[in-house]
Amino acid sequence: MTADQAVSHLESGMTLGIGGWGSRRKPMALVRALLRSDVTDLTVVSYGGPDVGMLAAAGRIRKLVAAFVTLDSIPLEPNYRAARERGAFELMEIDEAMFMWGLHAAANRLPFLPVRAGLGSDVMRVNPGLRTVASPYDDGETFVAMPALRMDAALVHVSRADRLGNGQYLGPDPYFDDLFCEAADTAYLSCERIVDTAELTKEAAPQTLLVKRHTVTGVVEVPSGAHFTSSAPDSARDEAFQKLYATTPWPEFAARFLDGDEQAYQSAVQAWHEEQR
Amino acid sequence: MTVTRDPLAPPTRAEYCVIACAEAWREGGEILASPMGLIPSVGARLARLTFSPDLLLTDGEATIVRPDGTPEGWLPYRQHLTLVASGRRHVMMGASQIDRFGNQNISCIGDWERPKRQLLGVRGAPINTLNNPTSYWVPRHSRRVFVEKVDMICGVGYDHADGARHHRIPCVVSDLGVFDFATPDHSMRLAALHPGVTVEQVREATGFELTVPDEVPPTREPTAEELRLIREVIDPAGSRGREVSS
Repeated sequence: MTADQAVSHLESGMTLGIGGWGSRRKPMALVRALLRSDVTDLTVVSYGGPDVGMLAAAGRIRKLVAAFVTLDSIPLEPNYRAARERGAFELMEIDEAMFMWGLHAAANRLPFLPVRAGLGSDVMRVNPGLRTVASPYDDGETFVAMPALRMDAALVHVSRADRLGNGQYLGPDPYFDDLFCEAADTAYLSCERIVDTAELTKEAAPQTLLVKRHTVTGVVEVPSGAHFTSSAPDSARDEAFQKLYATTPWPEFAARFLDGDEQAYQSAVQAWHEEQR
Repeated sequence: MTVTRDPLAPPTRAEYCVIACAEAWREGGEILASPMGLIPSVGARLARLTFSPDLLLTDGEATIVRPDGTPEGWLPYRQHLTLVASGRRHVMMGASQIDRFGNQNISCIGDWERPKRQLLGVRGAPINTLNNPTSYWVPRHSRRVFVEKVDMICGVGYDHADGARHHRIPCVVSDLGVFDFATPDHSMRLAALHPGVTVEQVREATGFELTVPDEVPPTREPTAEELRLIREVIDPAGSRGREVSS
């Protein structure tokens, strides 16, 4: 399917998980398709990067679940920052590990998992709904009972996939993309290239097959679909373009790069790079 | 034939900071050193190359590497978080604010509901401080950073750590000196001054009452070999001087 077809299955008000980490292997083509749609009022669950920044700038987020939002080489995400400073949406700010155990709980159909994180910090103050649980064994330690982060849909981007939705990562870190797909009722997987199933393990080990087809609803082939975030080994982060994104007022950036379809975006990026030479 | 070398230039402030950071990882054994910031990274590599050869270091992504860059292990985020929970790690984090009990803030300045300045977010500070030793690095010691009370507790300080059995803040290193919490109430204490810094300067730049012992030792001098490693092997480009100037 196409990115726009994938996004046509999403509805306003949904809880949406977005894979990757910071400015690394983000399903940006799917996010751009989302920006072209009318879908809004989203609860977004993300190890946040420019995915969150753009959706926040476009006013599509009702609530965010995150431990951070960053562009990595540029520590603070300007659009996220501006949105927070104008109080644009509700935030569930939790620790990175709490987030991970929330995904594990959802993937394992558990209501919560205990985690030794959050206690003593203001994560408890700003999330008054968080509960604790005491170990039923002799140690008696108290933990945060991290609730399951169950989602209506997940968007992830990987290196390769077959048509059935078996997704492969060829970079250094799987991040939590498999968990996002397992923790969501539906999942849309974009990839740099769709290949035959047999092709997946011709040169790579089977443990690179991160995402399983039974957790995937639709597959989209988008070369450079993670742009401008990194998509190792196919492409490094486009640092120059990321810097442009971070320093250009959002309406101006959106008008120049996000008004058309994915093809138009990629052409506009290429044109910009040519201007810089 | 005798080879004569120019005498080494005296250590810079940045190099004293490197030594102070490296010392944080002394006698750590086979644990992961997680430096955040440039000078802590130089310090961790210096410790690994000299007095703490068993330390594990990452490339900043998902690979555990030897000092020459040779991969020796795989550490994606999900395993990194388990390593944190195991306690076999000593992290040195940054701090936008830190208070006298070691509570740290990297989330936001002002009211959390609608911050005056949104920063990174809590990141892994809550799990770090409850599970593995957590030290801090502050490249510019000032009253804006060393505050009476942080706006959002991300890293847990001693006054919020009741029942946290693995909580420990070994040290805070700044461009002025080294600080610890070796006081009866675990409030911050001046443990060492970088050569050239006075107690008055530190007090002036700190927004809370700091415990100052009668005798404050200086940060130790780097050995000639350590200076050579810092200058020629670990940071030949001199990036450390951009994080802390002399």
